[in-house]
Amino acid sequence: MLKKSLLLLFVCALSLIALPAFAVQLPETIWYHYLLPAASPVKERIEHFHAILLVIITTISVIVVVVLAYTMVRFRRKANPVPSTTTHNVKLEIIWTLLPCLILVVIMWYSFPLMYYMDKAKHPSVTLKVTGYQWYWGYSYPDQEIEEYSNYYIPGEDQDTKNEFAELRALPTYQRLLSTYDLTTSKPSFVVLPANEDIRVLITAGDVLHSWALPMMGVKKDAVPGRINETWLRINEPGIYYGQCSEICGTNHGFMPIEIRAVPMDTFKTWSAMMKDDSTKAMAYIQDETLAYAQNRIVAPKLTLQTLWDDLKQDITK
Amino acid sequence: MAKAHNDHAVKHDAHGHDDHHDHKPGFFTRWFLSTNHKDIGSLYLIFSVAAALIGVAFSMLMRLELLHPGLQVIKDGQNWNVMITAHGLIMIFFVVMPGLIGGFGNWFVPLMIGAPDMAFPRLNNISFWLIVPSFGLALYAVLLYYIQGAGGLGTGWTMYPPLSGIAGHADKAVDLAIFSLHLAGASSILGAINFITTIFNMRAPGMTLHKMPLFVWAMLVTSFLLVLSLPVLGGAITMLLTDRNFGTSFFKPDGGGDPILFQHLFWFFGHPEVYIMILPAFGIVSHIVSTFSRKPVFGYLGMVYAMVGIGAVGFIVWAHHMFTTGISINTRAYFTAATLIIAVPTGIKIFSWIATMWGGSITFETPMLWAIGFIILFTVGGVTGVVLANAGMDIVLHDTYYVVAHFHYVLSLGAVFALFAGWYYWIGKISGHQYPEWAGKIHFWLTFIGVNLVFFPQHFLGLAGMPRRIPDYPDMYAGWNYVSSVGAAITGISVIWWLGLALYTLTCGKKAADNPWGEGANTLEWTLSSPPPFHQFEIQPRVV
Repeated sequence: MLKKSLLLLFVCALSLIALPAFAVQLPETIWYHYLLPAASPVKERIEHFHAILLVIITTISVIVVVVLAYTMVRFRRKANPVPSTTTHNVKLEIIWTLLPCLILVVIMWYSFPLMYYMDKAKHPSVTLKVTGYQWYWGYSYPDQEIEEYSNYYIPGEDQDTKNEFAELRALPTYQRLLSTYDLTTSKPSFVVLPANEDIRVLITAGDVLHSWALPMMGVKKDAVPGRINETWLRINEPGIYYGQCSEICGTNHGFMPIEIRAVPMDTFKTWSAMMKDDSTKAMAYIQDETLAYAQNRIVAPKLTLQTLWDDLKQDITK
Repeated sequence: MAKAHNDHAVKHDAHGHDDHHDHKPGFFTRWFLSTNHKDIGSLYLIFSVAAALIGVAFSMLMRLELLHPGLQVIKDGQNWNVMITAHGLIMIFFVVMPGLIGGFGNWFVPLMIGAPDMAFPRLNNISFWLIVPSFGLALYAVLLYYIQGAGGLGTGWTMYPPLSGIAGHADKAVDLAIFSLHLAGASSILGAINFITTIFNMRAPGMTLHKMPLFVWAMLVTSFLLVLSLPVLGGAITMLLTDRNFGTSFFKPDGGGDPILFQHLFWFFGHPEVYIMILPAFGIVSHIVSTFSRKPVFGYLGMVYAMVGIGAVGFIVWAHHMFTTGISINTRAYFTAATLIIAVPTGIKIFSWIATMWGGSITFETPMLWAIGFIILFTVGGVTGVVLANAGMDIVLHDTYYVVAHFHYVLSLGAVFALFAGWYYWIGKISGHQYPEWAGKIHFWLTFIGVNLVFFPQHFLGLAGMPRRIPDYPDMYAGWNYVSSVGAAITGISVIWWLGLALYTLTCGKKAADNPWGEGANTLEWTLSSPPPFHQFEIQPRVV
């Protein structure tokens, strides 16, 4: 009895310590808890597939926990003093071997088409070449004859407010660690891509492994020195999109952001022509053109029963 | 399931025997030149706890750094990379493996099969004493960063070239780590040979393979995985060593090599490695569930062949760690299918544990709490594995915190829960002192709440795209990182609680009965005294 009350007291004390800590912090923090909203057809399909997986794995986990809990209560020593001596039940064992197999078939049914759809663009209209370096990204456009330019993260944006990046650093907090700039000109610089076009991306690295990842596009491909990897994306709407290096690459692995400005095809063409004369001016042009999207950078993810149901319907009715 | 039928012999062992001629060698001979499987098992357990404290310290520092956005604790990214590498290497090679395999394996495989010792006692000794310098080398590689203020082992535990090559890590840290893994690998291979030989040749009369306790089966399958996978790691890191020092180009593209080759070799070892860590856990959980349900294991043969199946399929799924590296689409499709199949034998294990409890007469002593906790958490970690197995889905989750959450649910909450379950289950047998039950229960609840707070929110972070292995994160990930760090603090407190509990148990714990768990505990170790005599089974037990 004493021990039980001790236990109870202890748990209460623990929650008393924990609660104020949360209460103080809650209003200031940001809670992103699900897949970032889709900005490409690939990511939309991934979202739909994930809805199926989420329903399946949640159901399985809940069933296991409920059956386990029931067993713990129903067959506790007080309720069932004499244990049964059953050691096997062939029918039951066959069922719980075959049933998971069936679930796996369902998963594969949706998994394989997605996988093959994601592989390569059939008729890409633009090719972007990405090269990973320690610790920046190099971008070039072979068809537009735009030579490689580099994008760096903006250093010291969180602590140091008195260096030459002051102007760049006046960013909304969402962009911290995500915006990119040109090291030589100290001006914003980014990947410019046309919206609503299939874009082929060729990825390689100049030194160690890196990985070019865009959570909102469903793109992630390792940059491997000596190899050229291919992937593709299609950006649904003009806007500003971010990503980060996703393969450990040394000291500044956490500081290798990817910033994409998606613009209409005409704007892209104007930009690519300008890039040949004056890249600073070209980037400034895109900066102006995409100003309107600045407020809508990373939309908070949403997961409700309604969104889950919508995603499920998409895949099931397909 | 095995029952000793020579009550006379057992009583003889337990009572009269150790007083008369149970000679223990002197301190130095006993602990440094040890050839006794129980002493070597104890050495492994002590080593594992010592290494765990260092590994946990690193994880506490990491969670402290991630508590808020920005850089607080660490000086630069290399410092961070060194910490994550140290945490990974220490936890895998110096905590979980020595604890489950070296510790509980050495202690209980001979006892459970009715053998007087391991087949090769001296080999057993060198297995342990190789792991100590191995740990020293690994620590040195890590500490180099702190000594030099730069460099050190910042490659991640996977040691992918070219980052681990001479261009990425110019100092000797990676070479030290390679030698460390050579020694750890040799230690594990020798240990595995010892287990295989012992299990195949030294079972008590009557104990056929199909009557063997599940923990012994788990150790047998684990040993085969070790023998087959570790040489591949040894080869890969040796090639890395010659790439770094002798001008070869196995993994250097400028010399015609390929960094992806290393990943194939590494994961051919690395994937069986995760089963090496979890199979012994399966074995321990099976015994505990059966003991406290007072009922034999349900579907024994299914359990055995599920483990064999997991071990076998574990060798042909390695490239699911490499879905983003640019392997071809058909290869990805194959590895997706093969990986999903592992869910079937794993499901059999989970269902059989619950079926073992069904109809039982269950009590909830501390070991049982850990075992049930294991079943729940392993289920959660398992189903996220099914999500990650799909190459299409994995693209958004690969190298994010979703993966971190997944493998900590199966390892940090799976293997480590089994370590604690085993500790509470067997500490009375090992030390002769029983732990205080109420303190054990508090330890369980503290840990259970703590680790779930640490790792469940990491699913959210991963879904929202937070990459792993980064010391600072965009502000949108602030909320759940904060919760995760609060959980780490609770877990840290639980570790300290357990240390106190363990010291109390060993110094002034109540005297443990020969079999404190009652009729459910029917493997051979419970027929011996607690602690067992220095040399057990002088008259061979028989099993019917």
